[in-house]
Amino acid sequence: MILRLSSRACVLSGSVRLKSTLASFFDDLGKSGIILKSASSGIFENLALEDWIHDHVDLQNRSLLLLWRNSPVVVIGRHQNPWQECNLPATRRLGIPLARRRSGGGTVFHDFGNINMTFFTSKKKYDRHRNLKVVTSALKALRPNLDVAATDRFDILLNGHYKISGTAAKLGRSSAYHHCTLLCSVDRSVLSSVLKSNTAEVIKSNATPSVPSPVKNLLEVDPTFDSSTIMEAIASQYNSEFGFDSPVITVDPTHEALMPGIHKMAHDLQTWEWIYGKTPKFSVCTALVVDDVNIKLDMDVRNGTVERCALEIPADWLSPEIVNELISTLKGSRYCPNETAVLVAAFMRTRSMTDNVAEKIHRLCEEMLSVM
Amino acid sequence: MAAVITVRAPFVFMRRLVSARLHRNCCSKLPAACLVLRPHSYSLVAGRQHRYFHTSYVAARPIVQFKLSDIGEGIMEVTVKEWYVKEGDKVSQFDSICEVQSDKASVTITSRYDGVIRKLYYDVDSIALVGKPLVDIETDGGQAESPQEDVVETPAVSQEEHSPQEIKGHKTQATPAVRRLAMENNIKLSEVVGTGKDGRILKEDILNFIAKQTGAILPPAPFQEIRPQPPAAAAPLTPSAKATPPSVPIPVIPKPVFTGKDHTEPIKGFQKAMVKTMSAALKIPHFGYKDEVDLSQLVRLRSELKGLTESRGVKLSYMPFFIKAASLALLHFPILNSSLDENCTSITYKAAHNIGLAMDTSQGLLVPNVKNIQMLSVFEIAVELNRLQILGASGQLGTSDLTGGTFTLSNIGSIGGTYAKPVILPPEVAIGALGKIQVLPRFNHKDEVVKAHIMNVSWSADHRIIDGATMCRFSNLWRSYLENPASMVLDLK
Repeated sequence: MILRLSSRACVLSGSVRLKSTLASFFDDLGKSGIILKSASSGIFENLALEDWIHDHVDLQNRSLLLLWRNSPVVVIGRHQNPWQECNLPATRRLGIPLARRRSGGGTVFHDFGNINMTFFTSKKKYDRHRNLKVVTSALKALRPNLDVAATDRFDILLNGHYKISGTAAKLGRSSAYHHCTLLCSVDRSVLSSVLKSNTAEVIKSNATPSVPSPVKNLLEVDPTFDSSTIMEAIASQYNSEFGFDSPVITVDPTHEALMPGIHKMAHDLQTWEWIYGKTPKFSVCTALVVDDVNIKLDMDVRNGTVERCALEIPADWLSPEIVNELISTLKGSRYCPNETAVLVAAFMRTRSMTDNVAEKIHRLCEEMLSVM
Repeated sequence: MAAVITVRAPFVFMRRLVSARLHRNCCSKLPAACLVLRPHSYSLVAGRQHRYFHTSYVAARPIVQFKLSDIGEGIMEVTVKEWYVKEGDKVSQFDSICEVQSDKASVTITSRYDGVIRKLYYDVDSIALVGKPLVDIETDGGQAESPQEDVVETPAVSQEEHSPQEIKGHKTQATPAVRRLAMENNIKLSEVVGTGKDGRILKEDILNFIAKQTGAILPPAPFQEIRPQPPAAAAPLTPSAKATPPSVPIPVIPKPVFTGKDHTEPIKGFQKAMVKTMSAALKIPHFGYKDEVDLSQLVRLRSELKGLTESRGVKLSYMPFFIKAASLALLHFPILNSSLDENCTSITYKAAHNIGLAMDTSQGLLVPNVKNIQMLSVFEIAVELNRLQILGASGQLGTSDLTGGTFTLSNIGSIGGTYAKPVILPPEVAIGALGKIQVLPRFNHKDEVVKAHIMNVSWSADHRIIDGATMCRFSNLWRSYLENPASMVLDLK
C-alpha cells in the first residue's frame, strides 16, 4: 500500500485499486475536502509536494490541507536575498540547509518544533483569514484560555505580542495555496542566531525584506502542549470549519509513481541556481581591513553571479596589475565562498608571485569570503 | 487595431500581397528598385503606375493589451518581481509571463493568448496596477479569447513546446491494449500524436505523452519517425527483385531521426579554475614512473589500529600512512618538494611538507592540503584528513586549505583504476596517483604462492629538474616504508 492511513482515519472500503497518480486517487475518493500529512521531514521533498499538489490536483471543487514538519532548515521567500536575511556562515557551520520556497513573504526557521500547514483552494475560495481562523479556533479548543489572534498582516500573535505564526501564499492560474507556520517548540537560540544576518548593512537591494518580530513557542506558555495533538486539533477544526469529513491521509512525497515528476521538482528546488541564483540583483559595498590597510570592495551581483567587481587597494600594498588580474578571475563567478576560494587558489597556482604577495592576497581573500 | 506598420515576413508572403496587375503594368517600364520587396520592410511607393495600391497597409495581426486582472482579496496593486519574457519573445497560451508579489503572496501571471510580446509596461520592482495593461501581445488575430479567468498558469513541469494537435477530427486508431493504457492514465487519445501506420497510436506514443505531461526525466531517445518507403524505392534493392515477386515482403528499415540538440554553456566557476590550472600544467615536461607496492603488512597494521582510532573518534584509512611515508621520503629527496620559478632560473626547496589530497566533490576536483606533515603523527594526519573531507563534502573549503601545497597525492583507487598518468599541479614538481588495492597471488621468498595486497602507484615529475633515478629512489624508499611499516617507526620524527 502506498498510502498509509493514520489510526484515526477511516478505512477505505474495498480494495484500493492502485491508481496512476495521487490526483486521480482524490478524484475517486469523491470528497470535497482532504487532509494530508507528509511522511517526510525533508524540506525539498515537502516543497515539491506542495508544488505537485498545486499543479496536478483538481482544486476547483475540492480543498486540501497539508500538514508537514521539517528537520532544521532556513526557508526564504521567493524574492528574498539570503545574504540579507540570514547568517549564512552560521547556517553552514551548523549544517543547516537553506531553501527558497515559491511563495512570497519573509524568512523563517523550521525544525521539528514547528508545524507547517498549507491550505489549497481554488482562487475563488482563497481566504487567508478563514484559514487562520481554523488554526486559532483549534488552539482555543485545546486551551480555551489561550490568547491567540490573527492580525491583518496574517500573523498569529500570542498574548497580543509574540508572533507564533507567519504566512505566505502563492497564486496560480485557477488555484492558490496559503501556508503558515506554527511555533510549538522550536529551538529559539538557533532561530535567533541563524536569522540575524552578518552582512545586511553592506547589501543594497530591492529584495523583499523580512519584518523581524519577537517570537515565542506555545510550549513555553503551556508545557503540556504537544505537536501531534495540535496537528490533530487543526485537522478536525478544518473539517468542522469547512464542513468536510476527511481522515488524515499520510503521503510519502518521494513516491514518483504516485506523483510523476515530483523528483525533478524536488531536485530543481535544490539547485544553486534556484536557491541563490534567484536573488534579485543587489550590490555589496563594504570596507575591509587587511593588515591595517583599508580596502574598499564594491560588487554588483545579478542572478547570484558577480557581474562587476571593484577593489580599491593602495598601490603600494598590492600592484594594480595583480589586483586587476584577481578581479577578472572573480568576474562571472558565483557569489559563493567555496567557488571564490577555488578560483583564487587556481589564480595563485598559475600566476607567479612572491610569497609576500601570496600572503596578502590570501588574507584579502579571507576578508572577502566573510561577506559571502 | 489597424495601423501602418512595418511588417516582418518572409519574402514569399510579401510577394503575394502584390497585385498581379502591378506586375503586368510595371515590370517593363519601371526601374527594378521600385519592385524590390525587401524582406524586412515593405514600403509602398504611390505613383501613377501604382494606381491600384493604397499607401497604407492594414495589419492583419492585432495587438492585444493584456491587463493585469484581479488577484483577489481586494488587492489593487502588486510589485513586479521578475519577468519571464522580454519584448520580441514568442509566447503560447498558459506560458508564464511574470511573477508579481503582493502582501506575502507571490502570483504567477500567465498568458491568455498565443503571440509575440510587443511591450512590457513595467520594470522589475515597479508597482503594477490591477486592471491596467501589463503587456502588449501581438496575436494571430483569429484566436478565440479564453474565458474570464485569465491568470492561466502552465503547470511548472510542462514548460516545453506544445505537441502539435493534428489528430483532432480524425478517427484515432489504437489497439485495445493501448486504449486501456490511455484510459488508465486519463489521457485523451485525440491529444496523442500517433506515430504508427496511418497515424495509429502506439504504446510508445502514450508513454512519450505521459513523459511530456509530467516532465519525468527520460533519457533522450532517438525519435523514431516511421515513414513507410514508397514501393518504388524498394525496387533498386536487388536487381532480381523485379523478375521474381517475393513471397515475403521485404522488411522496411525505418531511418531513426535524432532530434537531440547540442547544448553550449560558458565555462565558469570550478571548471574555469581547473582549465586555468591544467593549462598552466601543460608547460611542465612530465615524465612518468610506475611501481607496485605490497601492502599486506600495512593492511594488517591498519586493521589493528582501526579500533583504537575509532575510540578517539577518527576514521583511519590508508591515506595517513601513504602521506607520512611520502613526507619521510621527501626528507631524503627534498628536490621533489621544491618549486621552479617562472624563468627556470632557480629552484626553491620548500621547508614545509604541505601534502595535497585530490578530492572528488560534487563540484568537481578540489585539492586541499594538510600543512606541515613533517611535524604530524599518523593519527594527527588522520584527524586533519577527516576535517578536510567534511569541509569538502559540504563545500566549505577555504583558501588556506586550498593553497600552499608543495606535493600532491591522488587516491584515484578509492573510486577505481590501477595505473594513471597524473598531472602535476603548479607550482609543484611532482605528484603520485594511487590505484586500488587488489588481492593478488605473489611468490614469497620461499617460492610459495601467497595472498598479497597489491597497490600500483604512478608518479609524474617535472623532468626539467628531476631525473628518473631520483624519482625511482624516492619511490623505492616510500615503498619500503609501506611494505615494512616497522621501518617507519625507526625514522619517524
